[in-house]
Amino acid sequence: MNRRPFDPRLLRRVPAARRDLAVLAVLGGLTALLVVAQATALATLLATAIDGRLHRPALAGLLAAVAARALVSWAQGTVAARAAATVKAALRADLLRAVGRHGPTWVAGRRAGQLATLAGRGLDALDPYFTGYLPQLVLSVTVPLAVLARIVLADWSSALIIALTIPLIPIFGALLGWQAQAATERQWRRLSLLGGHFLDMVAGLPTLRAFGRARAQVDVVRRMADGHRQATMRTLRIAFLSALVLELVATLSVALVAVPVGIRLLGGGITLSTALLVLLLTPEAYLPLRAAGSRFHASMEGLTALDEALTLSATPEAAGPHGARPAPDGRGEIRFEGVTVAYERTTALRDVTLTIRPGERVAVIGPSGAGKTTLLNLLLGFVTPTAGRVTVDGVDLAGVDLDAWRRELAWVPQRAHLFAGSLADNIRLGAPDTPDAALAGAVTDAALDEVVAALPDGLGTTLGERGHGLSSGQRQRVALARAFLRGAPLVLLDEPTARLDSASEAVVLAATRRLVAGRTALLVAHRPALLEDADRILRVEDGRVTELSRVPAAEVTP
Amino acid sequence: MTDRPERAVLRLARPYLSRLLGAGLLAAATEFAGLALMATATWLLMSAAGRPPLDRLTVAIVAVRALAVSRGVFRYTERLAGHDAVLRMITDVRTRVFATLTARRDAAPRTGDALSRLVSDVEAVQDLLLRVLVPGAAAALVSLLAVGSAALISPPAAGVLAVGLLVAGVALPVLAARLTRRAADEVAPLRGALAVDAVDLTHGAADLAAFGATGAALAAAETRGGRLARLERRLAATGFAVDAAGVLVGGLTAAAVVVVALRAGVGGVLVGVLAVGSLATVEVALALVGAARQHTQLRAGLARVADLLTDAGEPAPTAPAAPAPGGHDVRFEGVTVRYREGAAPALAGVDIDLPAGRRVAVVGPSGAGKSTLAAVLTGAVRPDAGRVTVDGVDVSGYPDEELPRVVGGLLAEAYVFHATVRENLLLGRPRADEAELTAATRAAGLLDWVGAQPQGWDTVVGEQGGQLSGGQRQRLALARALLAAPPVLVLDEPTEGLDPAAADAVLASALAATPTGHSVLLISHRLSGLAGLDEIVVLDAGRVAQRGRHEELVARPGWYREQWLLQEAAERGYLALAP
Repeated sequence: MNRRPFDPRLLRRVPAARRDLAVLAVLGGLTALLVVAQATALATLLATAIDGRLHRPALAGLLAAVAARALVSWAQGTVAARAAATVKAALRADLLRAVGRHGPTWVAGRRAGQLATLAGRGLDALDPYFTGYLPQLVLSVTVPLAVLARIVLADWSSALIIALTIPLIPIFGALLGWQAQAATERQWRRLSLLGGHFLDMVAGLPTLRAFGRARAQVDVVRRMADGHRQATMRTLRIAFLSALVLELVATLSVALVAVPVGIRLLGGGITLSTALLVLLLTPEAYLPLRAAGSRFHASMEGLTALDEALTLSATPEAAGPHGARPAPDGRGEIRFEGVTVAYERTTALRDVTLTIRPGERVAVIGPSGAGKTTLLNLLLGFVTPTAGRVTVDGVDLAGVDLDAWRRELAWVPQRAHLFAGSLADNIRLGAPDTPDAALAGAVTDAALDEVVAALPDGLGTTLGERGHGLSSGQRQRVALARAFLRGAPLVLLDEPTARLDSASEAVVLAATRRLVAGRTALLVAHRPALLEDADRILRVEDGRVTELSRVPAAEVTP
Repeated sequence: MTDRPERAVLRLARPYLSRLLGAGLLAAATEFAGLALMATATWLLMSAAGRPPLDRLTVAIVAVRALAVSRGVFRYTERLAGHDAVLRMITDVRTRVFATLTARRDAAPRTGDALSRLVSDVEAVQDLLLRVLVPGAAAALVSLLAVGSAALISPPAAGVLAVGLLVAGVALPVLAARLTRRAADEVAPLRGALAVDAVDLTHGAADLAAFGATGAALAAAETRGGRLARLERRLAATGFAVDAAGVLVGGLTAAAVVVVALRAGVGGVLVGVLAVGSLATVEVALALVGAARQHTQLRAGLARVADLLTDAGEPAPTAPAAPAPGGHDVRFEGVTVRYREGAAPALAGVDIDLPAGRRVAVVGPSGAGKSTLAAVLTGAVRPDAGRVTVDGVDVSGYPDEELPRVVGGLLAEAYVFHATVRENLLLGRPRADEAELTAATRAAGLLDWVGAQPQGWDTVVGEQGGQLSGGQRQRLALARALLAAPPVLVLDEPTEGLDPAAADAVLASALAATPTGHSVLLISHRLSGLAGLDEIVVLDAGRVAQRGRHEELVARPGWYREQWLLQEAAERGYLALAP
């Protein structure tokens, strides 16, 4: 894990934040000067007050310093928050753009969840880092320097003591921090195991209840929670001890400065106002360092999110750059020539050669994980061949403008994503400017009209994460409507009826037949019902494709 | 929503009240020691300027050193005591929350998001005590002590200090809380919309790319992101004005104290003590601004936890469930379930007879009410009309832990725990021996997989069974149900996610593995493998559309025959295509 307090990659990736961060540094310097000014004014004020007199210029100076400090602290907070907002917006856009750049296979699986969380709420953890930790980090440099400079002018022997003791804070902090970190890491596995256990038990509660084990688990939950407490206390004890040592170093250093000053004051070797100045300023020298240290923990989450975001959005693209060559016509002949597709751990397709003639309806069957979906992904441009090539009308897909090529395709996935937005907008995904009249045609073709009639606001009903949910069968019909509206010459269907009950399957099947009519189609099918209409059937097993000879149905009927 | 969620939380703190009180006092002592340290040091220096004999200052010198050390020690013990008390309490909270959830039988299953929120909500209790109540109480106590001490020196100066403290410790925190709440209200909808955008762009990445809509979706998300950034910048300007006001109040209070004390003729040394002391006290009181902000952020979480702490007594420990011997007769009598007022019923007047040893399948299109039937039988859903009886006793009359001994099995959304294969299986029958484990696992078709794992039965299946494929997870859940072997076995879509050939094989072996005297309620959307069952009930829109044995239903026109022919043709075609 990255434990550096500032990630220099940030400046390179979000240049817009540079100015804010520079302003933050300047404001840190100003604060340091004002701390010194305020202490000087207060020392003078009190030194004259001992005679019962009010030093008016000093009072005015104190008030001016305080007012200026208030203003600077406001500016500091505002600028830090601005930087946070800028950085979050930039990183969010970077992350989401990375998804667009890398394509859907990169984002599939676990990474999708990680990215969605990070780009959604994860980056908000940067707020405490920018508004809490970073300004404090600046102060921990500027304030000790300004204080030292001022005390050197007033009383060099005190300055010497401070200069010698201040480095003890980061040194002890680092030593103890390493200790604490080692201890934390030892405990970490156990802690996360215990914390996860509670979640696991709550998530599985219906199952526990079904087996009559729920009440028996209450005791287990208590035992695990108690273990969690003990493990946490063990790490905390070390963390608190290190805080104690740092605090003692700071306060004892102050005493180390104050006592000689007092004794010299008795001997008349120093003026009261100087002595007071030293007393008021010395603690200020140690404070920001410790404050920065204690805020570091609160901003850890933000730093982790930052590290994750910078790493993820900088992942180099696996596939080559998108080509710019004009896309071939989707009505052309499709040829796979010795195509092999290897993923990180598995090989999805091995040396596949096949031809799909225009207007042919080709079904693909085979056990799950055999490479059926990879065939479709090649045509969609989601994956590129590790070896061999895919051509359409003689044009290698590897070099073409993918957006233009995809306009020749309509795709019906296994489980279409419903976007936050109206049902109409969901259907219009591939053709946003479609007039409502044309929409109605696609709705009817996809057998979606009865679904629309049952929805509260018809085509205007909001779908998606926060909206109205649809059953799998209804969702599939939305996907078909999208494909109808796309009006493309080549149709790719990935198990359009998987997970549907027989009644929905019949409806979706009928719509699928209408979609496939008159188009070139490649359809992955688990369900045999789809195979009847196919001109050819391919079997994919273990990455190899074989063509099946059709046995006339009459011959097998007993 | 309870009116004061804090009260419900604090009720749980009662056993640890003395520890928490101790922590609060130690926190106050810490702050007071810091305050006294500065005041005493000032007194020391200013008195020294009058060149008194050294022995008059010895007490103060010793006090400065003692205060310096004791402040650190106080802080250390305070933190230890506070965290210990709060973590003990959190243990109770977790146990209580779990017990409440256990007792709420009708609660809907929670989604991943609601679950992780539950965990962070429990942690909100910790923050309430450690970051709001303990420091808040300490700041209040120190403020009182400081005003009291100042009054001994000069009542007018004490009055000025009190005003400063009221602004810093009451007015500003109230203002900060209000601003934080308003900011959260303004930001929340935009943040929510952006989270949805992120989900759409990642989980819907393939759909967007295939339909050439990635660019438009990205542009929309970036526009929203820009709007959020502008809003956040605007809100920060008002939010940080409170902190600036805090700095101002501190300095003004100290200056005013000096002026007032000098007017009142207070001695010079004590003026210094008052000024430095006031500055430090206001600093302590300003900690309440942070506490108020924190409190505002915790409120929603606390309310949710408090809601889960209200009922649920201490649960009685029970013996592990063992299947009760002998057969049991189950009857559904006119069962009607309506999930929402005014909505179409999920079940409408369903009668099913399931005497001991009988095997009944319930089929029908999705949404016909099949899973609701299972939920009513296991007591998870209570019928609005009619009843389900086991041996003549209404299932709602069974004690919570009694019914699972009789009725159980593989229900919808069977959960696989982050534990070993063995532990997941033993949940079904805690005292099962190796032979029983093997038999159940073989019947579910998972034995070969277990044998192939280097760790065998002790293979950890990962979070929510993440190390398993969908099919393996389903087989594990089925094996657990078969191991539990309740006299009335419910199997809700036992072969979901398996390919047709494997599905038929697993269903057949599972039915074969069920002892003859046990009855079976099989819920399925596939019509294969039902020929051997005693009765098939076809549900449609919550009503029994057809019933009978497989041969009868196939011979009669209707939904079953239609679907069966469709499926049969499909399966034959599939078989005919083998190379």
